[in-house]
Amino acid sequence: MDWNLLLTQFLNGLQLGLLLFLLASGLTLIFGIMDFINLAHGSFYMVGAYFCATLTLLTGSFVLALLMSVAGVFVVGLVIEASIVRRLYQHDHLDQVLVTFGLILCFDTLVHLIWGPEGMAIPLPRLLDGQITVGSLVFPTYRVIIIVSGLLVAIGLYVLVMKTRLGMLIRAGASNRVMVSALGVNINRLFMIVFALGAALAGLSGLLIAPITEASIGMGNEIIILAFVVVIVGGIGSIKGAFFSAVLIGLIDTMGRSYLDDFLKLFMSIQNAETAAPALSAMLIYILMAVILAVRPQGLFPPAGAR
Amino acid sequence: MRLVLEVHDVTTFYGDSQILFGLSLQVQEGQVVTLLGRNGMGKTTTVNSIMGIVPPREGEIRYGSRLISGLPPYRISNLGIGLVPEGRQIFPNLTVRENLLATAGNMSAKKDPWDLERVLAFLPSLKARLRNLGNHLSGGEQQMLAIGRALMTNPTLLILDEATEGLAPLVRAEIWSRLKLLKTEGQSILLIDKNLLALMRLADRHYIIEKGNIVWSGSSRELEAEPALKARYLGV
Repeated sequence: MDWNLLLTQFLNGLQLGLLLFLLASGLTLIFGIMDFINLAHGSFYMVGAYFCATLTLLTGSFVLALLMSVAGVFVVGLVIEASIVRRLYQHDHLDQVLVTFGLILCFDTLVHLIWGPEGMAIPLPRLLDGQITVGSLVFPTYRVIIIVSGLLVAIGLYVLVMKTRLGMLIRAGASNRVMVSALGVNINRLFMIVFALGAALAGLSGLLIAPITEASIGMGNEIIILAFVVVIVGGIGSIKGAFFSAVLIGLIDTMGRSYLDDFLKLFMSIQNAETAAPALSAMLIYILMAVILAVRPQGLFPPAGAR
Repeated sequence: MRLVLEVHDVTTFYGDSQILFGLSLQVQEGQVVTLLGRNGMGKTTTVNSIMGIVPPREGEIRYGSRLISGLPPYRISNLGIGLVPEGRQIFPNLTVRENLLATAGNMSAKKDPWDLERVLAFLPSLKARLRNLGNHLSGGEQQMLAIGRALMTNPTLLILDEATEGLAPLVRAEIWSRLKLLKTEGQSILLIDKNLLALMRLADRHYIIEKGNIVWSGSSRELEAEPALKARYLGV
């Protein structure tokens, strides 16, 4: 067995998992706390990538562009919440799905109008563009950066939700929003902040992947489905659940794609294994979700004390 | 004496069904006022109307001189009304400490405000439970926590909806003694409960509600003098 390849694939899986976590953490807060299904969450992922692409060209600094883009997507989140999403909290999930699906189309068209149909690459500074060599293992520096920043954001988010006053209110709002507002907290403003925070995290996720894949129209639409799987597997409303299920799903998806055919060859013909493996690996995480829904419908780590 | 709360001719609906029919009541500064009546007569709806949770359709509610009917609940709370709701409604996924701190504040800039230390000294049974989640508490502890949580907002008027419902006699006695202590400190309280004897000892004024309207009001002595009232409206 090629241990270097295994380790590389493990790091790739971890990287996918952490990007998924950034996307899913906002989604799970918005779904779990505000009971709002936001299909357009992936649009913030895309907008983050385009903002960063343009700002990197304008400022010449990827890091500066990154910070400005995250702030920019936060503002876009505030505007979308105040103008559209706020009117939908009282509506049922079907209305929310329809409107936010419409929002996806609007965002995709808007991006098409502003940036054109072509994707946009984000050039990395030389410092981040190299490779890290450990023994015989060679791994791109930038992927390590993604993993490290994903972990840092995860820790920061955990501290925010578990240790700060804002986090207490977010969790309190998840269990009983009427009581939170009867005790003097402007729940509309709280929801607005949570929504924009989720948008900013999605934007960060999209702009982190863009130097590898480039920013493109509809880039958020595929990954948002994975993000919903992460939310459901982890337990709706649970940051901790989103973290572990995102990493799990990132690893299963990556490992499945690279090792499933070898595994199947152990007990079927080579030809059959090579036909079945790609189809099966694409299904793996959905099989995982089905199994978890069957045995633990509340998800792996449902929020403590949730009703 | 200064008027803390004035509910004037309020009608409130849940959807199409009318619950309150021109209800009026007043709470003076430093008074303990009760709202008595059988289940389903509109006591909790009165509380929800005051808090803005179910805004009244007609009539006016004033806090001091300020019109509060029509304001959202958080603004009414911030003006200085603290709620201990029916069913306690502790945040189950927050620890006791977090329940107390999450919504704490001193919007009306009280001198000598309630803080964590003072609330724990006042409700010592919470001290050992600070790290427990809200849903791991007994009913009595939850009610103490709900009272502490409301005090942490430093209210000028404290509203308790079903202050001792479903609690053991010892716990009830504890809550009555705590409320009595609050009263001696000058806290204005609007109180809903079924324990008439305790209420008559504690309160300055009683309102009896029947089918969404006040049908009688008076002092404890006046209520004592009219046993027919109790039979007719309170089922005692």
